[in-house]
Amino acid sequence: MPTLSEAASKELLGAFGVSFPDERVVATAEEAIAAADAIGYPVVAKLGGDAIAHKTERGLVRLGLGSPDQVRAAAQSLLDAATPEDGEVHVLVAPMLRATRELIAGLAHDPQFGMTVMLGVGGILAEAVADVSFRLVPIERVDAEEMIDDLRLQPLLGEFRGEPAVDRAAVADVLVALSEAAGRRPDIASADLNPLLLVDGRPIAVDALVEVRA
Amino acid sequence: MTATDRFRALFEPRGVVVAGASTHPGKFGFVSLHNILAAGYEGKVFGTNREGAEVLGIRTVPNIADLPEGEVDLVFVCTPAAANPDLLRACAKKGITAAFIASAGYGEMGEEGRKAQADLVALADELGILLAGPNGQGVVSPPAKLFAQIVAPYPPRGHIGIASQSGNFVSSFENYARMTGVGVSRAVSAGNAAAVGVPDYLAYYADDPETRVSLAYVESVGDGRAFYETMRGLAERKPIVLVKGGATAGGQRAAASHTGALASDDTVFDGMARQAGISRAATVEQAFEAAATFASQPLPRGDRVAVVTTVGGWGVAAADAIARTGLRLADLPGDLRTAIDAELPPRWSRNNPIDMAGGETRDTVPEVLDMVASHPDIDAVLFLGIGIQSNQAALMRQGPFYPDHGLERIVGYHERQDARFAEASVEVSERTGKPVLVATELSVAAPDNPGPATLRAAGRLCYPSAERAVVALDHLRRRARWLERRGLA
Repeated sequence: MPTLSEAASKELLGAFGVSFPDERVVATAEEAIAAADAIGYPVVAKLGGDAIAHKTERGLVRLGLGSPDQVRAAAQSLLDAATPEDGEVHVLVAPMLRATRELIAGLAHDPQFGMTVMLGVGGILAEAVADVSFRLVPIERVDAEEMIDDLRLQPLLGEFRGEPAVDRAAVADVLVALSEAAGRRPDIASADLNPLLLVDGRPIAVDALVEVRA
Repeated sequence: MTATDRFRALFEPRGVVVAGASTHPGKFGFVSLHNILAAGYEGKVFGTNREGAEVLGIRTVPNIADLPEGEVDLVFVCTPAAANPDLLRACAKKGITAAFIASAGYGEMGEEGRKAQADLVALADELGILLAGPNGQGVVSPPAKLFAQIVAPYPPRGHIGIASQSGNFVSSFENYARMTGVGVSRAVSAGNAAAVGVPDYLAYYADDPETRVSLAYVESVGDGRAFYETMRGLAERKPIVLVKGGATAGGQRAAASHTGALASDDTVFDGMARQAGISRAATVEQAFEAAATFASQPLPRGDRVAVVTTVGGWGVAAADAIARTGLRLADLPGDLRTAIDAELPPRWSRNNPIDMAGGETRDTVPEVLDMVASHPDIDAVLFLGIGIQSNQAALMRQGPFYPDHGLERIVGYHERQDARFAEASVEVSERTGKPVLVATELSVAAPDNPGPATLRAAGRLCYPSAERAVVALDHLRRRARWLERRGLA
């Protein structure tokens, strides 16, 4: 099934109220520097395109770029790394967000129950930890709140290592927005907000991947 | 016709006929008739038998056509599958509107069986007959003293409505009902569920005044969305306790997304159950105990639990169990502490768990239970320590010195006290509208002990451990919250 680029995925989900960082789509290294200047350093640069689904696995994400020179070098190497199969590509420049906690949220089609919305504990251990909660789309706000309550790792959602407790209402907003998107856009086959970083307790989706039915 | 009207013939029939009544005590056609008669069904009972033989004192007739008009609502079918279409046609002519098909040879028997099943469903539909089964173990309805089931036991009457995709789990739940005294309103084995499935029975239970809680065992739910929608509507009206066996018939999941990779049949089913307001139990035993608690206790209005115990260690273990759930150990209110101070010597715990530390005298337990349950900052009470003295009394009663040496008097006192504590727990719960759960392993180890025995006679579960009481109470609290958060409480 075809995937949308990160930028297009964010545009689609953003329209339903999922909040994303302030980021820019650019075509060249020089434009990347201008974008970084506007956003403020440090930044992240990622290669984007409809055919590019798993950037991290392919090494197409450059983190912690602290100067215009670093941005130029990173953007150029990303553009050089594109293969003909990637089709049309661009560079996404985004602020470098720091968080010690991350969640994952998304939409997935269940063979028996149809479209579902999911919230889970994210990070590299996500699949091993398997601390997830699902509901059938559409959900009400109360269902979203209960999904947050379902997670076993509640201490992670409280005050944590000097960071404030998670803004549960904002997490619920994300889940309701995902459900809304699935309801209004039946062509969505799946969606990932991974990671959904908890920046000072507020959920910010720094990556998005939407799969659409052809 | 409403669901209630359609199902009345199944659960409250004016008369029953066993089709295929047999003189052979090993056959379904004998066992079902035996069980109907033995349980004391008050309607008229008939049987059909090719030779018109007498079975268990019933003069059978060769054909349904030989039955009187309008006296039978339910046919319990034990005849071979091939004979059943003609049988149903004859039944319809006699005004019979419900059939429980115990016969096998249908959907479970390959292509031919599936066709026979589909034909039977279509025929029953055309004839206006409610078709239960086929290949099921029966239907039980204690309010009508109806025990049309081919396996024991006949459960006591109560308020749990059971529907199961496995007939043997119906009898498992009925065994629990017999053991605990928390009885059953209706029970049915859905068999192949050709025309009527578990959700249909639960829909009837939601309207049934005899039923306070539905208890279901399912392995597959067919159309997941339809199941969810039905359950969601029913759960708003009555609690549904569900235990699920086996993996769902999940197909291939999309692996491209992380979300899909984190999904499993069980996690999605679990989320669906929570969303629908179903109380999903982890085990069959836990399912029965949760249902028994819904049937016999009010819902807690909050999560603050007080533990009242005669022994410290039990209270500690109960507190640990509470910590593993969505419940919490209540902070002991100051005015309650002061009030209990007046009842007990100073060595009591002065905290929650309220450990009376052996300082109790004749009236302490009922009075403390009353004070604790009546306090506005307590939502539920767990009482531990019932039956200990009666357990010792039993030893004395059976020992070589009874009734001398003052034993008769002390034995009688302890037995009356434990019965009284059990009665107090029920009375206080009913008066305050709060759950008061009592737990002791004596409910299993010494079921005749007056503590557990009195609770059983009152139709309340005496939990075999504090941990199991806490798990059951947590199911009630989760449901209460589900209702509250949706403005349904």
